[in-house]
Amino acid sequence: MSDMYLVDVSGNLTSEPIRKGFGRGLLEAGKRWDNVVAACADLTDSTQMSLFAEEFPERYIEIGVAEQNLVTTGSGLAAMGKVPFVSSYAAFMPGRCWEQIRTTICLNDRPVKLIGSHAGVSVGPDGATHQMLEDLALMRVLPNMVVLAPCDSVEAEKATLAMALDKRPNYMRLAREATPIITTDKTPFEIGPAYVLTEGADVSLIATGTMTYQALVAAEELKKDGIQAEVVHVPTIKPLDAGTILASVRKTGAVVTAEEGQIVGGLGGAIAELLSEEQPAPIKRIGMRDRFGESGAPDKLLEYFGLDARHIRLAAHSVVDKK
Amino acid sequence: MLKKLPLAQLETIANDIREDIIRMLEHAGSGHSAGPLGLADIFTALYFDILKHDPKNPDWPERDILLLSNGHCVPVRYATMAHAGYFDRKELMTLRQLGTRLQGHPERKRLPGMETTSGPLGSGLSQACGMALALRMDNQQHRWVYVVMGDGEQDEGNVWEAAMLAGKEKLHNIIAITDRNNIQIDGPTESVMPLEDLKAKWEAFGWHVLEIDGNDIEAVIDACAMGRAIENKPVMIIAHTIPGKGVDFMEYDFNWHGKPPNKEEAKKALHELRTLGGKIKGEHE
Ligand SMILES: Cc1ncc(C[n+]2csc(CCOP(=O)(O)OP(=O)(O)O)c2C)c(N)n1
Ligand SMILES: [Mg+2]
Repeated sequence: MSDMYLVDVSGNLTSEPIRKGFGRGLLEAGKRWDNVVAACADLTDSTQMSLFAEEFPERYIEIGVAEQNLVTTGSGLAAMGKVPFVSSYAAFMPGRCWEQIRTTICLNDRPVKLIGSHAGVSVGPDGATHQMLEDLALMRVLPNMVVLAPCDSVEAEKATLAMALDKRPNYMRLAREATPIITTDKTPFEIGPAYVLTEGADVSLIATGTMTYQALVAAEELKKDGIQAEVVHVPTIKPLDAGTILASVRKTGAVVTAEEGQIVGGLGGAIAELLSEEQPAPIKRIGMRDRFGESGAPDKLLEYFGLDARHIRLAAHSVVDKK
Repeated sequence: MLKKLPLAQLETIANDIREDIIRMLEHAGSGHSAGPLGLADIFTALYFDILKHDPKNPDWPERDILLLSNGHCVPVRYATMAHAGYFDRKELMTLRQLGTRLQGHPERKRLPGMETTSGPLGSGLSQACGMALALRMDNQQHRWVYVVMGDGEQDEGNVWEAAMLAGKEKLHNIIAITDRNNIQIDGPTESVMPLEDLKAKWEAFGWHVLEIDGNDIEAVIDACAMGRAIENKPVMIIAHTIPGKGVDFMEYDFNWHGKPPNKEEAKKALHELRTLGGKIKGEHE
């Protein structure tokens, strides 16, 4: 897809928090569709719902610091035909209200749109309590739930509009810090497909969210090592686009996954499950390995926990060597 | 909509519903006895008088909504729905069996007219808030959202989060009914986790509170009518009920919260219900 997308990652990139794209997308969704409503649990500005809340005060509900009530009120709104977007920090929603999401949204099959902001260690100085790493796992195990992790603010905006039209329960993960913008207005986005961003025959770098940028940088560096990496961006973690992923792995025969969260139950878990049944191949998973984060500057933390292009590059060498 | 019936007839229906609850539970071999029996009068009042609904058109857009937050009490709702004409009474005997629409705890997607999925306690009132907010946005406040909840259920924090939201937003088209039967699984509510002063608590959260005898069908109907006249606050009806109502050996005993009668017990219970506790001669004796 190289000509439609992509900002050249070796050039100068603009950065913006992914959540900003969500804020713009929600405002636009509100303008296009009257049944779009929103609710937040005392983090309206942080999650960027403020744009919508200012434009449509009569369609916005301040719930207060009460995440169980947030998602369950969402279920009630959806029952009456609304398309409710509800947001908080991912640590608290879905962190604190998983059972309500399971029963009143998933089993009940209500199209509530859950927005978990400030996911990953790149939350930074706030520390482990606020660095949500388990949200993808928590949401991925739920029947009926769709799980999204866009790679930049431009994609998050498109994803928000797509969510407003999707009839299923959705969860979307957002990050706090500025993330390089790698897609453009023309880059295609739909709920469902995985996207091959750069083609290569030697190794598949399968990434989601903030780590897709790191995978692209790693692919550039791997060229210098004589390795042609194929970067597959997976904005929809559930349902997983098995076709695209298996086609890539059939070609390359080696895999690195990358995400800013626990590999257990996250994208790494999902890919390992798929490949072990359908297309076994050497695999390394970049992500958090059964531990919590801690305070620090975002870039320092990413490096410290091995969540960067350098570590993806090293992992790529190790899986290519195993072929 | 159903034709309004005289009180004596409603009382007979409530008794028939109790008999069906006993039969269903005995046949299923598991399930909750005390709560459903205690709620039979409230459900009769709701389905045969209070609610605007159409059993032949469960998705009627003008209907009132009834949420059962204490989902374990669903046998009373199934039995009442069958009597009201939502489905054939024969289906009641499929309760809790593989493939049934009458799941052990209610599932919306399986049974038309079941407005939501419940069982995990504490989430009904929040859903009512969402529904009432949506109705307000759509200028549909002539439609009412009724929520039946347990008393033990109110140990859940989620209930009070919703109470605050409904109070703040003055969601006056919510009428909640607390099944104040004073029992929960581990014992009497006041020893497990004291709820009193329950009326003062709800009032402090911005609710208009009514207290009634929840086994008096007329009182339930009147309280809901009064509740609908309150225009600036959500309404909580604390309905004092007798757990296990109508079956002497079950009444007031928390041990009957979650168990069904066996064959012998069911026979005894049905006899008692048919004879109204020995006051009359049972017609099927
Ligand atoms: C979230 C949750 N925790 C625990 C339970 C198990 N449980 C089912 S009923 C019940 C007691 C509820 O008491 P009450 O609402 O008074 O019901 P009653 O015994 O009067 O029928 C409990 C703890 C549950 N269903 N949901
Ligand atoms: Mg009780």
